Amino acid sequence: MSYVTLDYVDLALAASLLLINGAVSIALSLGLARSLAISSVRMVVQLLLIGLILDFLLATVSPFWTGLAVLVMLGFAGYEAMARQDRRLKGFWAYGLGTGVMTLAALLVMSFALITQVAADPWYHPQYLLPLLGMVLGNCMTGVALAIRSITSALADGKQAVEAQLALGRTFRLSALPMVRSALRTAMTPTINSMAATGLVYLPGMMTGQILAGIDPVEAVKYQLLVMFLIAGATAIGVTGAVFAISRRLSDQRHRLRLDRLTDATAN
Amino acid sequence: MLTVRSLVRLHLGPLDLEVAAGQCVTLRGRSGSGKSVFLRAIADLDPSEGTVALDGRDRNTMSAPDWRRQVGYLPAEPGWWADRVTAHFADWSACRPMAKRLGLDPAAGDWSVSRLSSGERQRLGLVRLLENQPRCLILDEPTASLDEAAMAVVEQLVAEHCEAGGSCLFVTHDPAQFKRISRQGYRLEEGKLVQETAA
Repeated sequence: MSYVTLDYVDLALAASLLLINGAVSIALSLGLARSLAISSVRMVVQLLLIGLILDFLLATVSPFWTGLAVLVMLGFAGYEAMARQDRRLKGFWAYGLGTGVMTLAALLVMSFALITQVAADPWYHPQYLLPLLGMVLGNCMTGVALAIRSITSALADGKQAVEAQLALGRTFRLSALPMVRSALRTAMTPTINSMAATGLVYLPGMMTGQILAGIDPVEAVKYQLLVMFLIAGATAIGVTGAVFAISRRLSDQRHRLRLDRLTDATAN
Repeated sequence: MLTVRSLVRLHLGPLDLEVAAGQCVTLRGRSGSGKSVFLRAIADLDPSEGTVALDGRDRNTMSAPDWRRQVGYLPAEPGWWADRVTAHFADWSACRPMAKRLGLDPAAGDWSVSRLSSGERQRLGLVRLLENQPRCLILDEPTASLDEAAMAVVEQLVAEHCEAGGSCLFVTHDPAQFKRISRQGYRLEEGKLVQETAA
């Protein structure tokens, strides 16, 4: 393995490209300069911090610290999935439902991968666990957030259609089925599309990273394929769990549509 | 037939109401008085306190879909869940005679729901409900956007339903209609029901 190391002067030079963004924003008064500054500073600080934390985790290989890192990642993923919603479930569910299904999906897929395919020693070795979890969780979160959003708005906007069927004595399950279907389709499509475009339209970041680090491209591709399969599996589990959990939460045993369990769209 | 005892929902109640078999009972009240809230609670579309029973059988002893098949609720603006009209009926060809009686175009089954007028929606909603053969009809202003001819047919259909042993709770604003279709009714005033007789 050989690669060119970067020093901080190189980075400062690259960062000067952000001046273009700033100049455009100021010249055309887009009002983006402030958020550009905040975002870029956040990016630098967050990534440097993560670098230091990973340094520590890889040096210690402790199940406790690795587990804590996993919990923090799950916590942030759940928060981010909730933050992307206009209409949220009331109470703990707003946060708990998304976090719960993502935890389930990540747990299943990651243990499957670490026990059978990657076979790291020890199995929780942060060098494998954390990057894989990061990629799986990031994609799963996008899917779950989209799933929650589509099923919630389909049921809220389709209140009359659902209740017309309920009033005629259909079950809630049957009445909401078209909405459940289309939400699942909406949330799974990006993963499927990205599989088709990978390698042609864009080179995945992880794979290019490994190539930059001097790994044989075919080996890098194999890792990328593994990651894509894990992502597809985790997204399918997470998205399905989210859609069914939401439609369950928005109904009750008397087959009612319980939109009163949502906050108003304007409240957030 | 339909018995409501101390029903409480939002600002309404406790409400008591009785519709006997073969009877059409009207429900009146200013708009915003909560008539639709009350009807939705009877149909169990919203949670409510109190007991609601059909022929002495409490609704909680049967599944909600079973209850709603027997206590058929028609909202003022019926909802639609498919593009084509026929998709909303179990057997549209069997419903065509009734649709024709209500002055609907017999070809309406092939139309798309989006081109229906509000009067057509109201009448098709009623046909759809009657196809289900509920025992008690809960109708929320079913003639609000209808002309006089269609209104007369709706009143006739309700009368036939009651003659056959069914019953009906009918929301109306029109005092003349109240006298035509029922002998007694209720007014909803400030969350309470007041009985009134057509004289």
